[in-house]
Amino acid sequence: MNRIYLDHAATSPIHPQVITKMMEAMEQTYGNPSSIHATGREARKQLDIARQQFASSIGAKDQDIILTSGGTEADNFAIFGTAYARKTEGSHIITSQIEHHAVLTACEKLEKEGFEVTYLPVNSQGRLTVEDVKQALRDDTILVTIMLGNNEVGTIQPIQEIGELLNDHKATFHTDAVQAYGLLPVSVDDLKVDLLSVSSHKINGPKGIGFLYHRKGTKLSPQFFGGQQERKRRAGTENVPGILAFAEAVTIAQQTMEEKRDQYSQFKKEMVSIWQQAEIDFKVNGEEQFTLPHILNVSFAGTDVESLLVNLDMAGLSVSSGSACTAGSINPSHVLVAMYGEKASELRNSIRFSFGYGVTDAEIKEAATITANVVKRLVK
Amino acid sequence: MNVQKSIKIAHRGLHKAGHSGVATKGILRRVIVRVRCGVLNLSSKTGSFDAPFEQNNIIEKVRIMQQLKDPANTRVVVGMSGGVDSSVAAHLLKQQGYDVIGIFMKNWDDTDENGVCTATEDYDDVIKVCNQIGIPYYSVNFEKQYWDKVFSYFLEEYKAGRTPNPDVMCNKEIKFKAFLEHAVSLGADYLATGHYAQVKEVDGETQLLRGHDNNKDQTYFLNQLSQDQLSKVMFPIGHLEKKLVREIAAEAGLATATKKDSTGICFIGERNFKEFLSQYLPAQPGEMVTMDGVKMGRHDGLMYYTIGQRQGLGIGGAGDPWFVLGKNLQTNELLVGQNIHHEALFSDQLTAVNMSFTTSEPKNKTFSCTAKFRYRQEDVKVEVELTPDKGAIITFAEPVRAITPGQAVVLYDGEICLGGGTIDEVMKNGKKLTYVG
Repeated sequence: MNRIYLDHAATSPIHPQVITKMMEAMEQTYGNPSSIHATGREARKQLDIARQQFASSIGAKDQDIILTSGGTEADNFAIFGTAYARKTEGSHIITSQIEHHAVLTACEKLEKEGFEVTYLPVNSQGRLTVEDVKQALRDDTILVTIMLGNNEVGTIQPIQEIGELLNDHKATFHTDAVQAYGLLPVSVDDLKVDLLSVSSHKINGPKGIGFLYHRKGTKLSPQFFGGQQERKRRAGTENVPGILAFAEAVTIAQQTMEEKRDQYSQFKKEMVSIWQQAEIDFKVNGEEQFTLPHILNVSFAGTDVESLLVNLDMAGLSVSSGSACTAGSINPSHVLVAMYGEKASELRNSIRFSFGYGVTDAEIKEAATITANVVKRLVK
Repeated sequence: MNVQKSIKIAHRGLHKAGHSGVATKGILRRVIVRVRCGVLNLSSKTGSFDAPFEQNNIIEKVRIMQQLKDPANTRVVVGMSGGVDSSVAAHLLKQQGYDVIGIFMKNWDDTDENGVCTATEDYDDVIKVCNQIGIPYYSVNFEKQYWDKVFSYFLEEYKAGRTPNPDVMCNKEIKFKAFLEHAVSLGADYLATGHYAQVKEVDGETQLLRGHDNNKDQTYFLNQLSQDQLSKVMFPIGHLEKKLVREIAAEAGLATATKKDSTGICFIGERNFKEFLSQYLPAQPGEMVTMDGVKMGRHDGLMYYTIGQRQGLGIGGAGDPWFVLGKNLQTNELLVGQNIHHEALFSDQLTAVNMSFTTSEPKNKTFSCTAKFRYRQEDVKVEVELTPDKGAIITFAEPVRAITPGQAVVLYDGEICLGGGTIDEVMKNGKKLTYVG
């Protein structure tokens, strides 16, 4: 059975050019960028080129890029790094109820340490408002962390407007751009963010690498200690093959962004049209104009997600729902809870389809048909 | 013993289970045998051939129904707990060529302050075993259903001064109901579990038979299953001895081969029962008194004690050990007495509620059979009289010690588990023993 993979928001296949780049790097660029000899210098040269690529992709300077082990580390670094660096200035943090767990769990940890966290609600479309942020801001607010694009429903948040609001406030502004990066144009100056997280494996790069954009002058307390890498902000020998491969993935993502957005928007239309023709009961979660191009989160009335997902898997379709919880069971998505409330049926019947590199039109049609058939059978 | 050999034994057992004498002696009858697992794999809902054979001078016309679907096209969902029994159940089914899916049920969240959760560890074992066997695995969450149907009942019973059996309720409402429905929604033809019990089809009905391993037989916990539920069930290790199950697991190199058997009630696990219960029910300490009203000390709360219990009374002094004889809910007194065979512990009759039968209900309202009043107890000969509203009056051939209201009374006809109910009142010489509940 040829499987259809529509779970690119969970992780994405590595692009062949990225694989080639990584193989080359593993074979040739094995030096330690901190070494003073020629082998080290070559690695350092490649690392600097890559860093420049990351920086240009978001309109930043190369020294503003801190390489990390991925999105989770970047988010953790932003949150703990800011909280610890600014704890004498205040102890209040603002975030939203729909953040990735890399942000939410970090905030919960800080609450246990005595920080105070405001979790902003969202409306039924999954959006929060600048007004909400304004209301929540206090004199002792030291960090505002709101994601750019949500990973489950795909909702895009008004980051630029929040950034403008925070122009007149001392709070550090962080955005988790892990899911949006590569699909939305990202400029740190337009968004007016101080910190921004990106992950490689969501954009067809290898796992285990990411970066945190760190605006110059923003207070950030290191979380890793050791060598002097990343301008003493993050110790540890750089993952050179991963970084070079990630840079290649960034280049490809930048080149194909427009094309992907058009293609994925077409995919969404096709799936919806097939479901309409099949006359199944469904509802797209979130508002299309404020949703990431590659995420389609759909509620199928009368189904149960645990049965639906397993049936789709057995029919050869890899999709997901919410986030896997303890013991592999599916917990109601905290994002859908924030949108619809604790008791909504959407919590138990929503599925996320997410598109990416290599997905064909034929696969989309087949996936939509498989889904319609399974839903019809389960709803009976 | 090599794998092949043990598998052969496993299969031989299945064969035996399929044919061993459950037919009523001396009666020429038509037995429809459906062998649901093992080398015979001939079961089916339709299609059949006749295969007459002789046994003890009784000619049984045995119709072994041939499966329309071969194992490869028979989907079996195995309820996997992360223990050795369900691991081997899945392994044997896979070996027999079934389309096997392993599913872990999460019914309870006991995540502690360090983030450690038994379910997570058990699911990790399910993952390992399923990858070793080569079957897909999933997890399903029934925490809400478990809370509503099993745990609430569990607490209510304790509040009422009884000793509930949550495992019986779990099998009835969760494993063989919610979970079975889930399996069916995944296109499963059967739900298999690692219970030590057997099923056999006779005259178009599925009988529930005791597990081959007498010491492990779990039909006591399955007594509330209905015909409808049993008709969709497989017990792939029910014909095996526990020792052999472990050997099969070891020879197949399954990750759970030497894993310790779980003990106690699933949601309490290894934790202290008293401590657990006190989180949910307020304990009311009171007096411990003899049947004659002599105060012997204090108790921590009636719910912590079970009829016949010896441990934890803390009554010192010389002479025979002390036992729980009963409870007085009105005065909040725990009745205690010396001697394991204290006469107050014995009764000769009980009433049961929620009587349920594994096959069609008995034609006669009164009948003789054997019964168990607790897990792993020897059967006792009884007379059963069915009363309206799923009730029964059950009279024992000889007095029985420490019958406990809230526990299950389970009826047997030879190897067949007929069904059972919940013990409500306990009597001696026609008089209700008010002190046991």
